[in-house]
Amino acid sequence: MTRRRMILGGSLIGGALIVGYTATHPMQVAGAILQGGGSDPEPSAFGPFVRIGSDGWVTVVNKQQEMGQGIHAGIAAMVAEELDADWDRVRVIEARNNFRAYGLQMTAGSNAIASNWDAMRNAGAAARAMFVAAAAHRWNVSRQSIEVRDGVVSHPGSNQSATFADLLEDASRQTPPQSPTLKQPKDYRLIGTDRVHRKDSLAKSTGAVIYTQDIQRPDMLVAMVAHSPRFGGTLARFDASDALKVKDVVDVFAIETGVAVVAKTTFAARRGRDALRIEWNDSEAEMRSTPELIEYYHQIAAGRGDLEPGDFGTKGENPEAPFDGDVVEFAFDFPYLAHAPMETLDCVAQVDGWNVSITSGAHLATLDQVMAAIAARTIPGKVDLEVVPAGGSFGRRGIMSSDYLVECVRLAKRIQGRPIKLIWSREDEMMSGYYRPMSHHRVWVQMGADTFPARWRVHSVCQALTPIGPNFQATEGITNSPYFSTASTVDGKIFSPSFPVVVGFWRSVGASHTAFVMEHIIDQLARRADRDPAAYRRTLYEKAGDTRRIGVLDELCHKADWGSPLQPGWARGLAIAEAFGTVVGQVAEVRLVDGRPIVRRVVAVVDCGIAVAPDQIAAQMESGVGFGLSAALYGAVTLKDGIVQETNFDSHPVLRMNEMPAVETHIIKSIRRPTGMGEPGVPPIAPAVANAMLALTGSPTKSLPFLSGNALGNSDISAQS
Amino acid sequence: MSYAISVNGQIHHVEDDGQTPLLWVLRDTLKLTGTKYGCGVAQCGACTVHVDGTPMRSCTLPLEVASSARITTIESVEGVEAQAIRDAWVARDVPQCGFCQSGQIMSAVALLRTLKTPTDRDIDVAMSGNICRCATYNRIRAAIHDAAAQLGAAR
Repeated sequence: MTRRRMILGGSLIGGALIVGYTATHPMQVAGAILQGGGSDPEPSAFGPFVRIGSDGWVTVVNKQQEMGQGIHAGIAAMVAEELDADWDRVRVIEARNNFRAYGLQMTAGSNAIASNWDAMRNAGAAARAMFVAAAAHRWNVSRQSIEVRDGVVSHPGSNQSATFADLLEDASRQTPPQSPTLKQPKDYRLIGTDRVHRKDSLAKSTGAVIYTQDIQRPDMLVAMVAHSPRFGGTLARFDASDALKVKDVVDVFAIETGVAVVAKTTFAARRGRDALRIEWNDSEAEMRSTPELIEYYHQIAAGRGDLEPGDFGTKGENPEAPFDGDVVEFAFDFPYLAHAPMETLDCVAQVDGWNVSITSGAHLATLDQVMAAIAARTIPGKVDLEVVPAGGSFGRRGIMSSDYLVECVRLAKRIQGRPIKLIWSREDEMMSGYYRPMSHHRVWVQMGADTFPARWRVHSVCQALTPIGPNFQATEGITNSPYFSTASTVDGKIFSPSFPVVVGFWRSVGASHTAFVMEHIIDQLARRADRDPAAYRRTLYEKAGDTRRIGVLDELCHKADWGSPLQPGWARGLAIAEAFGTVVGQVAEVRLVDGRPIVRRVVAVVDCGIAVAPDQIAAQMESGVGFGLSAALYGAVTLKDGIVQETNFDSHPVLRMNEMPAVETHIIKSIRRPTGMGEPGVPPIAPAVANAMLALTGSPTKSLPFLSGNALGNSDISAQS
Repeated sequence: MSYAISVNGQIHHVEDDGQTPLLWVLRDTLKLTGTKYGCGVAQCGACTVHVDGTPMRSCTLPLEVASSARITTIESVEGVEAQAIRDAWVARDVPQCGFCQSGQIMSAVALLRTLKTPTDRDIDVAMSGNICRCATYNRIRAAIHDAAAQLGAAR
């Protein structure tokens, strides 16, 4: 057995990427565990997932990217639990991008816990079995009589014990079990406890963590690039004479995405760029303003366009037949949203002939590797991608075109033989697109005599996130809504306009708007039926047989004291949404001051299956609430004559300390396979706040953000009949 | 032009334009990369350093102004308050992506040096200039209270 046999599906050589790779087989995983040592520079030489050193330290190689979500802690806990390692002597290192060793390296869709659950536990359990076998052999006792705890292997009957380090050599001669026995959840000592802490908190509290922005290399140059201020604009001509006069500016040249200024320092590059005189060709550019785009979307939804819609969630006989009787109509407008991670986009690259080396906080590393190879006209196997922690991403670094990384590789290819660091300014980042797409949803509900929806019609307008296939991300969260359970028909139509503004994945993706649509509608329908919104939901969940949502709802009502009186002027709003297999319910306590929602407390309940790292689940809930509330209050990127108007934190406010509500997180006990937590905390907060505002004022929210100083507040479509 | 600048107790002679923001002198010239660029317009606080003990945004502080002051960065902020803040940050697992935390810590240390037991309102005032897109605000608040309590108990 060799490590190379771990590859099911081929290599990246020649650019052929075969999906379907699995590293979950314990034979394949564990066989490499104990071979080699830390001195081997080839990471795959000590196995893809875990290394146990002669110092007794357990090193978990994390192939997922750390962008703040704390994934390293959960991954390490899975290994340490099954290995019965000493948690305080477990460290995590970031895997280099290495398809042969690790398979696909893509951190997206809140799937890192779920997708590593089998592989990491099996790796830990197989290693443990090898230590047990080694000890049993050495002491001449049965394997069943051996215990392992905190990195110590012992035989209580003969009072003998040995550490992992003591047994390392013997253990490496053992054959790893084909199917190691995994623990039952009730036997967990680490998983599900608050002992699972982040391993990077100290380094992130001393300035010691090196992000891409911080990379220093001998002889390194720094570049900034002037991009077209309009989407789809191209370079017509430029005059670099003043830029070249700036001290420490080394070179100025045109690249595919604009005009690059290369300098010895970041600020020189910035000043050089400011000194450029550029003329852009806008013949293919987006020239419209946001109100025009909104009107365009409204026309499409009203059937007055030439776009062919796709179907989604359609059910029942003759769903397109006209509605009659008691019909309620809703319309919502949602803006483009920027990601604005604290670290702007950046990358370090060097190209030497065929060889490319890149350092970046890349979270679709395998894809980025391929895109870099294409940009450098080489093969993926010649691209070495060192993955470092990202100062946030929220989806911006996880896009299909790898735009910033490819831009840096192109610069490096031009420079040849010298490392170059590409830095985007905050303005570059906010104007660069890959936004959460703006969307318009028009919904008609025909009510049944039982006060529940009898028929649904949803017309959604939203740019597609991927160039091919159905635009399913735009409607995820609606398609499988439990509120369709009582309906005899559902007629879902998704219209996907295409124009130069580029859109992308934004934390929680489709649910970032679809949860608002469904959860705010259901509150309005409940109020119309004179029912309590929680009780109304519960009936629908019962009809749908949605036991997970019922569990979340009941716990939420209990923990949030749903129905108990609040001080005058305050109200609660509730919302429940599922994203990436995790169900989250939130109750927000809200009051209005001069029409502005003040959120003081959010009670959250989550069902994410087995809770691997409860404190990190709570951290992600807090983060999701804050991120989602920031967008709900302020988030909007608008265009004026095609030019982005919100370019930095002055024109694009974000949530600050004084606006952050208290967040209480309660986790549903579960023995289901774990699901993710990086994104699911986001979707419920906006509708929960809107539902509280509805309770306070009786007025529904028709568009976000709540505090819109822009055109989005001027929607002329009536939101409710 | 040449400037003598005092950073973390050492005098550095820096050859640069006087209008260059201190941030880029720290990061690119002195290789002190713990101080981060986040916005460049004194809106996010990721670049916060102590200027004669006062937290300031280094991204808009020209070198020629900074050179007359004592600058302290995250790499060498020390003393009982800094230690208590760091301990509390680690104990509560405050950081997520961590990119803003240098600035958060510089603001928090300055706060505790001014106010021994800050209220929530004091924390809002002192910390609202520091953006955290991961929204670690509640843990930051709790950690500041923890650090204040720990320092109070030690006195």
